[in-house]
Amino acid sequence: MKITRFLKTIFMVDFVIGLLIALREMFKTKKTINYPFEKGKISPRFRGEHALRRYPNGEERCIACKLCEAVCPAQAITIESAERSDGSRKTTRYDIDMMKCIYCGLCEESCPVDAIVQGPNFEFSTETREELYYTKEKLLDNGDRWENILAANIKSDNPYR
Amino acid sequence: MNLVFEEVYKILFLLVPVLVSVAMIVWLDRRVWAFVQKRQGPNVVGPFGLLQSLADALKFIFKEIIIPASSNKIIFILAPIITMTLALIAWAVIPFGEEQVLANINVGILYIFAVSSLGVYGIIMGGWASNSKYPFLGSIRSAAQMVSYEVSIGIIIINVLLCVGSLNLSDIVLAQQNIWFIIPLFPMFVIFFISSLAETNRPPFDLPEAEAELVAGYQTEYSGMMYAMFWLGEYANILLMCALGSILFLGGWLSPIDLYPFNLIPGAVWLILKILLLFILFALVKAVVPRYRYDQLMRLGWKIFLPFSLTYVVLTASYLFYFNLLPTL
Repeated sequence: MKITRFLKTIFMVDFVIGLLIALREMFKTKKTINYPFEKGKISPRFRGEHALRRYPNGEERCIACKLCEAVCPAQAITIESAERSDGSRKTTRYDIDMMKCIYCGLCEESCPVDAIVQGPNFEFSTETREELYYTKEKLLDNGDRWENILAANIKSDNPYR
Repeated sequence: MNLVFEEVYKILFLLVPVLVSVAMIVWLDRRVWAFVQKRQGPNVVGPFGLLQSLADALKFIFKEIIIPASSNKIIFILAPIITMTLALIAWAVIPFGEEQVLANINVGILYIFAVSSLGVYGIIMGGWASNSKYPFLGSIRSAAQMVSYEVSIGIIIINVLLCVGSLNLSDIVLAQQNIWFIIPLFPMFVIFFISSLAETNRPPFDLPEAEAELVAGYQTEYSGMMYAMFWLGEYANILLMCALGSILFLGGWLSPIDLYPFNLIPGAVWLILKILLLFILFALVKAVVPRYRYDQLMRLGWKIFLPFSLTYVVLTASYLFYFNLLPTL
């Protein structure tokens, strides 16, 4: 036993085996991707940038029930509401502080009308703090931009809810 | 006057390719490392990311050079300059072909040995002048390590010199026309390779910059271009050790087979290929092995390599003497 160990040390058997393994691994397919040029697959449940959705007729979904504001553990959401001239209850202000947000997805979870959702976009870094205080306009704009993907994601996730 | 210009041309003709290849070798190092770990490695700047080092150098040039207030400023600035100069100076005696050598001096190997020993000064000056804990500890470690492994490298070189009978690097290469020294002196080649890893502070012997305990060793307080010069000097040193290994053991510029199609390829290409082969081995080792502990490092150097190579010197000498193969002086 001791002699085999001695010979192993002298001839650096383990080291040579390690080198050969390294050589073998070198030519296998890479596990990483060229990120900015190719992107990994994202689950439909991915919790990225927020968006406020609209109905197909252009009416905003949000009914200012403030469930998301209440459930938000980071208290990142601020909502003010008022009655509109047609008698419906709508938000006058819907702000999300994206720096407070912890992307837990509870707002999306609590929303009874699927108005506030978290989309697949995770590349929304900015150069100033102010740009990360999202207003209602910004969120609605996000909703309009990502609507196709958002709707598809909600639909594909629906059977599991 | 003309003669001076000619010399300057010669020096530039050697120095510019060396500096460019140092930049390329950093890319190769990172790339091999990444490939072993199944990553892509730098591949954005230029074709296959080949220009990555140039981008890095550009970044370093535009960074601010910070000189610590309590440092010894002259020595602090001098240290990276010395490191890089010494790493480049040694290339003067490396032969790239029969007559393609900048300074064909008869004590070439001694010259290289002296210069690489002086390399410790750059590091210890950098560490001491920083006037800070981690650089100081790192440089002390580095000095101890380089000195210990230089001893065993010296004795390994004696093995080769016994077979050659000359200190001239060109003569050493020409003596390998029949058989490369890697075959009769294989154990010495292995020890030389491991010692050169330690000599150039490469993993698994990168204790001077063990980031877990010493931040970045003697480079901790350096920034900007001065850091880049340390970095260039380090890689130039690694290339130099690869070149030395290929000249001492792999037959330098000689082609592996002395037959028709291989003869036509210029010797410099063979030398570069051999250097690359050794360097890829350097990079692979970096990816494969974990870092040595300091006492293990010292034990390996003084208690294993030194006695072993000394014994081998005796064996080589007695073999050559017994069979009357000693080179005539």
